[in-house]
Amino acid sequence: MPQAFTSITSPAAPLMQANVDTDTIMPSREMRQVSKTGLKDGLFANWRYLNAAERVPNPDFVLNQPAYKQAQILLVGDNFGCGSSREFAVWALAEYGIRVIIAPSFGSIFFANCIRNGLLPIVLAQADIDSLAAPMPSPVTVDLQTQMISLGENENKNKKFAFTIDETYRNMLLNGLDEIGLTEKNRAHITDFITADQARRPWVYKQHKQET
Amino acid sequence: MALTVLDKIWSLHELPPPPNDPVTKDNMPLILIDKIFLHERTGAIALQNLTERRLSIREPEHVFCTMDHIVDTKPGRPQISRMPGGEAFIQALRKGAQQHGLTLFDIDSPHQGIVHVISPELAIVQPGLTLICPDSHTCTQGAFGALAWGVGSSETEHALVTKTLYLKKPPAMRVWLEGTCPQAVTAKDIMLWLIAEKGAAGAQGMVVEFAGPVVSAFDMEARMTLCNMAVEFGAFSALIAPDEKTFAWLKDRAYAPKGDAKGGDWGQALAHWRTFFSDEQAEFAVDMRVDVSKLKPMVSWGTSPEHAVPIDAPVPDFAPEGVAKKANKKASKTADIKKAQKYIGVQSGQDMRQVPIDAAFIGSCTNSRLADLRRAASILKGRKIADGVEAICVPGSRAVKQAAEKEGLDKIFQAAGFAWHEAGCSMCFYVGGQGFAPGARVITSTNRNFEGRQGPAIRSHLASVETVAASAIAGYICAPDELPANIGAK
Ligand code: SF4
Repeated sequence: MPQAFTSITSPAAPLMQANVDTDTIMPSREMRQVSKTGLKDGLFANWRYLNAAERVPNPDFVLNQPAYKQAQILLVGDNFGCGSSREFAVWALAEYGIRVIIAPSFGSIFFANCIRNGLLPIVLAQADIDSLAAPMPSPVTVDLQTQMISLGENENKNKKFAFTIDETYRNMLLNGLDEIGLTEKNRAHITDFITADQARRPWVYKQHKQET
Repeated sequence: MALTVLDKIWSLHELPPPPNDPVTKDNMPLILIDKIFLHERTGAIALQNLTERRLSIREPEHVFCTMDHIVDTKPGRPQISRMPGGEAFIQALRKGAQQHGLTLFDIDSPHQGIVHVISPELAIVQPGLTLICPDSHTCTQGAFGALAWGVGSSETEHALVTKTLYLKKPPAMRVWLEGTCPQAVTAKDIMLWLIAEKGAAGAQGMVVEFAGPVVSAFDMEARMTLCNMAVEFGAFSALIAPDEKTFAWLKDRAYAPKGDAKGGDWGQALAHWRTFFSDEQAEFAVDMRVDVSKLKPMVSWGTSPEHAVPIDAPVPDFAPEGVAKKANKKASKTADIKKAQKYIGVQSGQDMRQVPIDAAFIGSCTNSRLADLRRAASILKGRKIADGVEAICVPGSRAVKQAAEKEGLDKIFQAAGFAWHEAGCSMCFYVGGQGFAPGARVITSTNRNFEGRQGPAIRSHLASVETVAASAIAGYICAPDELPANIGAK
């Protein structure tokens, strides 16, 4: 069951590069076990470490900078999470502690994977992301109830950005909905549809396997 | 109402909203999933999760598994997997498939191979079906007029248990390819051009329908190459309306409906399949026309598939128009370009044709089918690759490998100096284990040139199989039509 999401206040780490792919977020060689956990050390391994094998941190990488070490919000560039479908990328981000990713656009499989794991992917205009990144490292509050991003404490107190997310996704995240559990309640409904479909497309339901 | 292929597939698979369902009420219907494919790299974990949660699979007879990603592909497969810890993924898939009663094409099956190669080979994908796989290149299979797309593990689990997915209908985009395709220009080049022109997010979230006379003239293999690269274009998926070539491909394959045009399941299926075309008046969210007559062989110079140029054009210092014209994005894109150039070791203004290579790779779900290998072999025949180049050919499936060997293609590859491997994904990506020498510059028929995709510090240059073969002979990046006749001649 995914963790429910309501609101979070945290520094927002800027990683402003376009087309950051899931191979970069979670390199394939870091996916070592058939497991959803044990992944956080592999997150951004190629960028985060000077030497990935020995885990020597790269001081230039944003999540290694003291101000962003505890960041739960990532500010990123266009088409974030493009590439491979590996959900390991989202599991690694979640295990590391990231709860919100703000981008001008996302890879579509990555976006869907975020929703299923209690991570909030927010689509925001580049200019707004830039202005969120500017007054760093003051904390940012993301509220899913009100669909509002606001800057805290300092002189930017009144800066707010509205965002929208599909109502379905919002509900799923707010309630930490278990999708399989939900759909299973509709089992009879699905059975009815399949029965009708079997009459429409009977060959689809047959196994025409010829052994060679 | 005029409908697109997508509309037609969609309406057959969209369930009416279930009563009191909190999800579907917001325009997110349940969609019926006809077929599911799994591979050991991402499928094993989905099956393991189901077992842990004591959930069962609704229609195990429509779920198929293959071993492709991390199986050893060295000649003779001396190991199960070269990836450290890789065997666990293979064992987990075997165990899961057995527990849940799924069809598994294991390492020793004659059908084993890359999922997007074997699904069409076995006619598991068919026009008008919905098919998912926890793998982003599932869009390849849209070449058969199916709605096939990549999902994560959670959605896979959902579909396994319920035979459905919650999905908002993606918008449709059409790419109409017309003009006379120059001989040296392939489906791969067209895709690299398109992505370079419109950006790696150019088709974001859409289902791209490839159509037009160029597509009709393409064989099924080339159509699969077009659809394969759609995910690098940011698409949700891609598809091509089925035609006589599609039907001829499917006929009599292992999982194709039985019978003939006059009757039986085949006759019924065929009549149904012929309904999947986009009506003349159908509207697309984006409709673009491309005249392919002026295109050239393409090669990538950077770390995103959008970083690609016609082979005779200089490496640019700007981002693709489709993205960069939004003015405020320009600054960050310029920084990205500098970063990519630094990683790859090229400069703005450089001619890619002068760049020496260390290795050449032919394989992957983009370009590893029989037609691809034949085209590469036609260039390699009677020649030898340049000294110092490590060249590898990995057929996409055991069936492709066998068919190629029957024609003697393996002999041509080997005589040219290529290693001839067992079927699988192999060095399309790096998991540890087998890889190129660190930092090597590789010309590759694969689909991703991401930083480190093919190994630590590896510099990948995406190109067609022809360009890969020609470059292997030349020892530097070279288009097939520019390969000097005397180079590499035996
Ligand atoms: S060949 Fe490469 S891109 Fe294709 S499925 Fe295998 S790893 Fe993925």
